[in-house]
Order: sequence, then C-alpha cells, then structure tokens
Amino acid sequence: MVTRTQKPVPFSQKFESWLPRIVVSPLFALSLFFVYGFIGWTLYISFTKSGVMPNYTFEGLSQYERLWATPRWYVALGNMFVFSGLFIVISLTIGIFLAILLDQRVRIEGVIRTIYLYPMALSFIVTGTVWKWILNPGLGIQNFVRKAGFEDFSFDWLVNSDYAIYTVVIAAVWQSSGYAMALFLAGLRSVDDEILKAAAIDGASAFRTYFSVVLPIMRPVFLSTVIILAHLAIKSFDLVIALTGGGPGYATDMPATFMYAFAFQRSELGVAAASAVMMLTTVIAIVVPYLYSELRGKKR
Amino acid sequence: MSDIQLENVEKSFGATQVIKGINLSIEAGEFVVLVGPSGCGKSTLLNLIAGLETITDGDVFIGGKRVNDTPPRDRDIAMVFQSYALYPTKTVRNNITFGMVARNIPKADQDAAVQEISTLLQIERLLSRKPGQLSGGQRQRVAMGRALVRKPDVFLFDEPLSNLDAKLRIEMRTEIKKLHQRLGKTIVYVTHDQIEAMTLASRIAVMDNGHIRQFADPATIYEDPVDLFVAGFMGSPPMNMLPGKIRAHGDQYFVATGQADDEPLDFPLPPSLSKRVTAMDGRDVIMGLRPEAIFAAGTELPGAHRFVFERSVSVVEPTGPDTMILFHHVGLDVVARVRPEDAQPEGTLFQFETDMEKAKLFDAKTTLRI
Amino acid sequence: MNRRNLGGIVQQKGARHLAMRALLFLTLGVFCLYYLAPLIVMVATSLKSLEEIRTGSLISLPQDVTFDAWSKAWSSACVGVRCDGLKPFFWNSVAMVVPAVAISTILGALNGYALTKWQFRGANVIFALILFGAFIPFQVILLPMARTLGVLGLAGTIPGLVFVHIIYGLAFTTLFFRNFFIGVSDGIIQAAQVDGAGFFGIFFRIVLPMSLPAIVVTVIWQFTQIWNDFLFGIAFTVGDSNPVTVALNNVVNTSTGVKEYNVDMAAAIIAALPTLAVYVIAGAYFVRGLSAGAVKG
Repeated sequence: MVTRTQKPVPFSQKFESWLPRIVVSPLFALSLFFVYGFIGWTLYISFTKSGVMPNYTFEGLSQYERLWATPRWYVALGNMFVFSGLFIVISLTIGIFLAILLDQRVRIEGVIRTIYLYPMALSFIVTGTVWKWILNPGLGIQNFVRKAGFEDFSFDWLVNSDYAIYTVVIAAVWQSSGYAMALFLAGLRSVDDEILKAAAIDGASAFRTYFSVVLPIMRPVFLSTVIILAHLAIKSFDLVIALTGGGPGYATDMPATFMYAFAFQRSELGVAAASAVMMLTTVIAIVVPYLYSELRGKKR
Repeated sequence: MSDIQLENVEKSFGATQVIKGINLSIEAGEFVVLVGPSGCGKSTLLNLIAGLETITDGDVFIGGKRVNDTPPRDRDIAMVFQSYALYPTKTVRNNITFGMVARNIPKADQDAAVQEISTLLQIERLLSRKPGQLSGGQRQRVAMGRALVRKPDVFLFDEPLSNLDAKLRIEMRTEIKKLHQRLGKTIVYVTHDQIEAMTLASRIAVMDNGHIRQFADPATIYEDPVDLFVAGFMGSPPMNMLPGKIRAHGDQYFVATGQADDEPLDFPLPPSLSKRVTAMDGRDVIMGLRPEAIFAAGTELPGAHRFVFERSVSVVEPTGPDTMILFHHVGLDVVARVRPEDAQPEGTLFQFETDMEKAKLFDAKTTLRI
Repeated sequence: MNRRNLGGIVQQKGARHLAMRALLFLTLGVFCLYYLAPLIVMVATSLKSLEEIRTGSLISLPQDVTFDAWSKAWSSACVGVRCDGLKPFFWNSVAMVVPAVAISTILGALNGYALTKWQFRGANVIFALILFGAFIPFQVILLPMARTLGVLGLAGTIPGLVFVHIIYGLAFTTLFFRNFFIGVSDGIIQAAQVDGAGFFGIFFRIVLPMSLPAIVVTVIWQFTQIWNDFLFGIAFTVGDSNPVTVALNNVVNTSTGVKEYNVDMAAAIIAALPTLAVYVIAGAYFVRGLSAGAVKG
C-alpha cells in the first residue's frame, strides 16, 4: 500500500502564480487612477462652483446650466454633429470606393496604397497648416482659379462664418479617407477567394458580386470603421486649432476647443469640466454598446 | 453532356510554371479524377477548365468549342469547392437561386428548380437557414444543389470531401457516385485521396509536378502503373519498393536484393517478367511488391510462381480485417499483409510467401516500368 | 495585406473591358493627385521666395528655388518670443518621444503577456477597463492631470509630457500586444514551464524575441501618435519645453508682422518629416498597426 503525502505548496510557486497579478496591478492601478480616477475628479468638479481654481463645494447642476446657456456651446455642439456626419459619410464613401477600385488586381497597388494612406502619418497640425494655406482666399485656390480666368470665382469658406466648418470637413476627409480605405481593403481581402469564384461561375457581374455578395459580408467592417471615424471626429482639436483657430470668431468651435478655451484661457474650470463630461457621455453612448456587442459576440 | 479536350496546356504564375504541357482527352459522360500530391497542379488544372484562371499557353475545348477566352459563366459548367464557398449572408434558398437571378430566369422557374433540387438532396428543411447554421455535410449538399441547379454539361469538383469527417466522407462519396450514375454528366474531380480516386473514377489521371504521369482506368493504374511514382502513390499501404539487381543464372532470372547485407534475398522472376529483362543482366532495378502480394506462407491457394523466405517480425499492426506485419530488408520496413489469425508476435521468425506474378519491375535510374 | 495572385478569372476581352480598365486607372490617378497635391504645394511653397508667392499662383513651381525659408524655419523663425526657429522644439520632441515610446512599448508587452498567457481571475475585466481607457476623449483628464503634474513638480516640463504619454499610451500598447499574444499558442509557454522557466524568464527569453513583428508595429504606431500629438503638448508644456507640433502652430499663427507662408510650409515639413520618413520606410508595419487598432476584443 502506498500512501500519498500531501506536500505543502512551495512559496516560490505561490509567488509565481501571483506574479502576473503583481505585474499587471501597478499598471492597472495607474490606469484606474489616471483614467477613472481623473474622470471622477472632472465629473465632481463639474458639479462645483470652480472658477479659476477648483472649489470642492458641491453645487449641483449649476455649471451645466451655465454651459447650456452659452450660445457658443450650441455652436460647438452643432458643429460637432455637422462635421462628424459629413466627415464620416464622405470618408466612408471615398474609402469604400477606393478599396473596391484597388481590389481590381492592380499591379502597382502597393504604391497607390502608400500614396492614399500617407496623410494619416501627418500630425493634424501639419494638415491644418497646409490646408489653411491651400484654402487661403488671397493666395490659395480662390486666387489660383481667378488667375486662370474665372474672375468671379469665390472660395473664401475659410474666413466665412457660415461655411468655415466645411473647410474642416475637407481637411479631415483628406487626412482620414485613406484610413477608411485601408480598413475596407483589408476587409475585402478577407473574403474567401472561393466565394468570388462561385459568384463568377454563377454568372454575377462585378457590380452584382460586390453589392450582393461582398458588401453584405463587410457589415462588421462598416461598423468598426464608423466607430473609429466617429471617435476621431469627436476628439478633433488639433485640426481645428491649426486650420481655423476655432474661428472666424467661434464659428468653427468644437466641444474639444470649447473645453480647452474655457479651461486654459477663460479659467472657468467648472464649465470646462462640464463640457468635458458631455464629450465623454457622447463617446460612451456610441462606443460602449459597440464594444459590448463585439465582446459578447466573441464569447459566444 | 460534353467532352473536354486539353491540348498542350501550360500555366505559369509569374516565373513559376505550374502546369507544364498537359494533353488530356476526357470523353462525354466520364468521371475523371485528377489525383496527386499537394502542389502537383491538379487544382490549377481544374481552374483552367473552369475558366477561373487564365491559360498561359495551349487550348481548352469543351463540347468541341474552344473556351480559352470564354468567362466561366458561359462555359456551361458548375463547380463544388473544397470550402463549399456558400454566400454567408444569404439563405440556402438564395444561395441556390443566386445564379438564376443573375441570369434573369423567371421566378416561377426558379421556385420549381429549388423545389426539385432540394427534394433530391433532402435539404427542404434547410431552405431558410443561413450557411453558418448548417453542419458540414449539409453545407456540402447545398453546395452541390447550387451546382446542380445550373444544369450544366460539366461538373467540376475541387476536393469537396476534404473538410468532412471520415464517416461522412464515405457516405457523400457514395452519394456523388450515385449522382453520376443518375445524371450521366461529365465530371472532373480533384482529390489528394487515392481511395476516393479509385472508388469514384472511370479514369484516373495521376499528376505530379505539373505533368500527368498516367491516365487510365483504376484497375490499370493499380495493376499496371507506368512508373515508380504512380505505383507508389496509389494503394494503401503503399507498394514496397525493394532496390536490387537483375541476375541471370542460365535461363532463370532473379532480382538479387540486399547483397551487401547479412541476409540477401534473390527473388526468382516468373516467365512473364523474365522475358522483359533478357538483356538486362546486372541492371539496377526497383522491385515493387504490394503488401497483399506478400502473405503468410501456405495461407493462399497454391500458385505457380511463389517464393518463400524467412524473416523475423519487426512490427505488428492489426487493422481489423487484416494485420500488417513489417520486417526489415535492405534497410527498409517491408509491409506484408496477413490474416489476423496468422500473425505472430514481434521477434518471431516468420515464413513469408510472395506471389511473384504480382511483382512489378522498375528501372532504378529512369523510374519507368520495365 | 495579402495580395491576390495575379492570374485571374477569365474575362470577356474587348473594347468595353479595356475602356473600364482605362477608367479605373484614370480614377485611381485622379485620387493620387488629390492626396499628393497638398504635399506638392507644401514643398513648392517652401522653396519659393515671398515675392514669388505673391506674384505666382498656388501650384506654380518655384522659378528660383531658394532654401531661405527652410533655414529660417529651422533656426530663426519666431515661436512666441523666442526666435530660434523650430530646432530646439524639434529636439524637445525627440527627447520626449524616445523614452515615451520605449517605456510604453515594454510595459504594454509585459501587460499583454500577463493578461493572455497567465490565467487569473479578472484578466478579461481588467483588459476591458484598460481598453476603454483608449477611447476616452482626453478632455476629461486634462484638468486633473495638469494639477497632478503641478503637484509632482513636473508641470510644463518634458519629463512630465513623457509621463503623460506613457500613461495614456499604455492602453494602445497593451491592446496590440494582447491581440498578438492571443495568436501565440499556449503550448510554447507550457513547454517552457515544464522546462522550469518562470514568469519573467519566459518573457525575456522566449516571448519577447518572438514578438518582433508586434514590437515593430507598436513602436511605429506609438512613435507616430506621440510625435504628432498636440493636445497634451499644448496643455502640459510651456514655452521652451514645447514639442515641435506646438511650436509649429505658434509659428504659423503668430499675428505679428508679415505672414511668411514659405516659412510656414517649411516649418510644417520639418515637423512632419520624422513620421513621414517612418511611414515611407516601414509603411507595411504602419498599416498593420492601423488595422490592429481597429480590431476589438
């Protein structure tokens, strides 16, 4: 008869099993503090009477009331929706279009793809600076077309309160449509070759194949691209600063520039915090349902 | 149904030549199987027939018409793919009708066709499901349904059973054979499984490295292989290949094997083989003996040209209906097939008997059959 | 990105097909111009003299190529009150980017490794929380971070900026490495464990060497993100410690004196060169990084 003796788990082994937790926890703790902790702080401040300096007395929704009483905030909000809507739709369209074109077995695809994508490597400040120059009424496109003979051509959107926001759309689309294209191209390539062959034998034209077979398969890519573009749109700060500085006046203000102005220039911390919280809410409203459905889908 | 002719067909991808000049004549209504190891070009050849790849040189004729520049949709073919290639976002019904919609066939005719096919393949219950909700076997059937509904002259199959488990594979294999008997259309079928080839084909094309080595009916391929490659590829367990030399003693010819070892064996050749090697004394050859040609001495009905020898058992592999006994000779593990009751444990000395009528001789240098 | 082999399905040849093909290339070409035009304009303008800019047009090529604008942008343009050009700020960015990228990458690798290869309760929850951190609009942390940096004595300094980039870069680097390590078979880790290696041993001797592709993608992505950042730069640094993006904005938007557009363009090119160079050289990895950034969960 052999009796088994119970060996105590050696300390080194116990330590080893805790190592992953030990490694991840400082980083997790940092994340907890610097992300969620800070969000909490900002959230709290938005409920206080903070002005130039933070004031920790709870004051309810007064900052939000002030926020929503500020005309500039409405302009910023409106701009965000207009800009985001146009930006997403146009980038998506161009992206899909270019991806389908590039999928047609083009020999120099690599070079073309590099050209379409390089704007993503630039800082938004650089993009804003260049487009500010191109759209300059006196010396840019307007001037160029006039010199070419069209004396009455006017393209002064950059300095026009009503149209300036569209210049931001133009610059942003230029920068990011290549990204949308790259995402779609990767998606197109992931479609099984054999499905396309089956469609060819079935007699589907290229048009029908793309619309009826390929694009339905692309639905998840659509979704994640929209989410990413939306995310980019909500955060747009750099581009606006460089292209229009938020102007003329505050005609191209966005929540991000609004928040910055009120926090660092007008020293109204409470209102700034409130606007930041509004931005966060918007992002949560879009991203969380998406992440949830994705992660749930994977678990199944 | 149509015949298929391939004349001097070549295909290169960039600098790599994958099909190196193939001539093939497939009669109408035949079931031709292209078989060979991975990379031999069999799928490429199928794609060339289908028009899914452009041809680099040579001609393809289907039903007498030259189809080199005809797109797949106009070649009157249908294809079943290895991964079934069903449209994942469409229902089974829409998968089947997609081709008909593309050809503007009236709705009533579409419905009738779907009805007919789904009854035949027993997939009526599945019509409103999507491919993701189907099992492998069901997907296979839908893929076949999609092909059948085209009512083509030629059916092409690209390893359709490779993704199925063993049991299902055997079932579907029989289904496909029955389908051929019922429809009588020309079928070109690609597989790497030589058992599938043997059971399904009216003729087999054994391919290697862009060439067709032999194109004949299964019995001929099996009994009369044209070279070492075909002999070794077809048959499971594979044919034993014993290197040796032709030796003549008077009128009797032998294949002398294992001269450099402790236990050489001289296999006497029957007259049918002797007459082929009359001028070849001293030639290096490879003698092929299938496992079923080597058995336990005295366990078969007596025959004219047998050879008995003794070896010790190296490994015993029971497979159910037979037992494989391996022994060492000329540095190889030679496989013999015996009845389970004749098997002896490892290490015992065993009396083997070979039927020399079944031996095949191959020239060691050219690998061609002598 | 894989490329389909260029054999291809047999297609009806003929005039219509050729016409479509020509249209395809024409359209692709037009879009190439669309994306390249601003770059060309930028370079061309930077090589012109102010006189030429006034008399010429947007897309006219420089008659007299001059590099004056370049040298001015680099060493004598005025950024706020300081007129030393972009040079000092360029080096600020370098000093900021190198440690930020290195540290956030290593930590991300360690994180991703621990989260995927060592089962422990809550690993997925922790990951979800870290992941969400990558999505927040940074406006919500600007204020508290500014105060914290003040408390730490790092306000307005480059080390402070490095610190911020590491913290908020961790979400992305962890994401990249986690997704990469999920694809690595557990068998390798288990075999090493049988051989007696421990957590860190396996990390440094087995996992790290095999994650070269992920490391390259992460480094390139981080480098691009951090170099191109503006928000953190303008919020957390002041004056002399500004990164080059902030300096560029200052150069371009100074309202005093004559607007020197050629200097502006030269300055923009200088600020853009590092990330552009990385993109051209290692573009494939950059693309992989962009796609990985889109992979969720």
